[in-house]
Amino acid sequence: MFDFLEDYDLLGAFWTTVQLAVLSAVGSLIWGTLLAAMRVGPVPLMRGFGTAYVNIVRNIPLTVIILFTSLGLNQTLGVSLGADDFESINFRLAVLGLILYTSAFVCEALRSGINTVPVGQAEAARALGLNFNQVLGLVVLPQAFRSSVGPLANVLIALIKNTTVAAAIGVAEAALLMKEMIENEAQLLLISAVIAFGFVVLTLPTGLFLGWVGKKVAVKR
Amino acid sequence: MSSVLYDAQGPRAKRRNAVFTVVFLLALAALLWWVFSTLNDKGQLEWALWKPFFTGTEAWTTYIWPGLQNTLKAAVLAVIIALPLGAVLGIARLSDHAWVRVPAGIVVEFFRAIPVLVLMIFGLALFAEYTNVSSDDRPLYAVVTGLVLYNASVLAEIVRAGILSLPKGQSEAAMAIGLRKNQLMRLVLLPQAVTAMLPAIVSQLVVIVKDTALGGAVLTFPELLASANTMSGYYGANVIASFTVVAVLFIALNFALTSFASWLEARLRRSKRSTGAVLGVEDVDDINAAEVGGPHKTDGV
Repeated sequence: MFDFLEDYDLLGAFWTTVQLAVLSAVGSLIWGTLLAAMRVGPVPLMRGFGTAYVNIVRNIPLTVIILFTSLGLNQTLGVSLGADDFESINFRLAVLGLILYTSAFVCEALRSGINTVPVGQAEAARALGLNFNQVLGLVVLPQAFRSSVGPLANVLIALIKNTTVAAAIGVAEAALLMKEMIENEAQLLLISAVIAFGFVVLTLPTGLFLGWVGKKVAVKR
Repeated sequence: MSSVLYDAQGPRAKRRNAVFTVVFLLALAALLWWVFSTLNDKGQLEWALWKPFFTGTEAWTTYIWPGLQNTLKAAVLAVIIALPLGAVLGIARLSDHAWVRVPAGIVVEFFRAIPVLVLMIFGLALFAEYTNVSSDDRPLYAVVTGLVLYNASVLAEIVRAGILSLPKGQSEAAMAIGLRKNQLMRLVLLPQAVTAMLPAIVSQLVVIVKDTALGGAVLTFPELLASANTMSGYYGANVIASFTVVAVLFIALNFALTSFASWLEARLRRSKRSTGAVLGVEDVDDINAAEVGGPHKTDGV
């Protein structure tokens, strides 16, 4: 009954999903933190940029962004991100699209974390004479990150599910493989169950683990 | 909150911020210049490519409006079907009987752990194999099915969180005057929870509208994003122009929905007649991911 699975690279497809998720997670954590710093910082122009970025990106469908990286950036403007074969170009474009999209949500998760830090913490730090970078870097962000673990875990899980959108530009990940298998085999329910199981395996333990970590590291107030 | 992070600016801080502003402005300008010159090099700024959107109505009536209609149709159908399903699942998760609570919980957690695209692909094949829905209608059915399966479980969580967000005194008072469990839910908790949930439901609409675009990209559903593709084929490869127009429409639509949700939320928080329980816009982001262990405010009730 599971024989036909041997003809397909199921593990390879899920490996691509994992790679997409991990690379995009790292990238969007960095870019999202920068955005959050801009949004709470003292420079009005940066604040405006951060706010505009988040509001615009959150309201565009991820599919539009990913399709645009391929049709617009790559095929029209010739951006290839240093790759030369079709497969790795699309993979990198998908990661770029996922980072651009997810970082807006990372920014918001961090900002909600910053909001949980009591005002007194920042006031005390300023009373000691720390400047903005020190207040944020030494006092507020370390606490904010700890209470952001929960929201960030939710962003990560959403990201894992969002990697399937890369199927729209032909990245050989799990959803594209599912489509291919369904077209070739008469095993709809079985194929769907296998793919669904794969995603449950990826998202559920991640959520449970990070939820546990989040509770453990959260600052008790 | 932000202003508490730094002191009122003295002359040195003002100078430093001015430097930051200038540097950032230069970086932005460099980025814009790069975008502009690349677009120009590739001839994407030619007026001929943008003309269809600004002169005449053909592009709007032939491509964009039908696409937008399909987007809205799928989103509205999805929310109308998903709401009652979600309400039933959400209430079932609060049941006192384990044989109701546990299966509902499993269904909700399962469908939230699976990408909506996978559900849509499943729906498309399901309708092709087991029903005689015509192949023209199949993408719409598949998109709505995928959206309903996913959003019913998200809405179930919203309903559950909405009910749990009500003050405990409400159910205590209802039980004290001798209402049955079903009366308590029907007459006391649900009516108040619906009000509390409204902003959350509206902002879930944003997620639904965004997800319809998947149907256009993968399932050949002729919605707004798909019409960008068709247009760029028809108007001589004006990919940038078509995508810009479509993206602006998506942003405008979703921004309007988000603003409406925030307005509703603010209004509900101000109102003196309710218990003040509100499920806000920000809670929806959390609920859309699998919630396991997430920092929900719903635990304590």
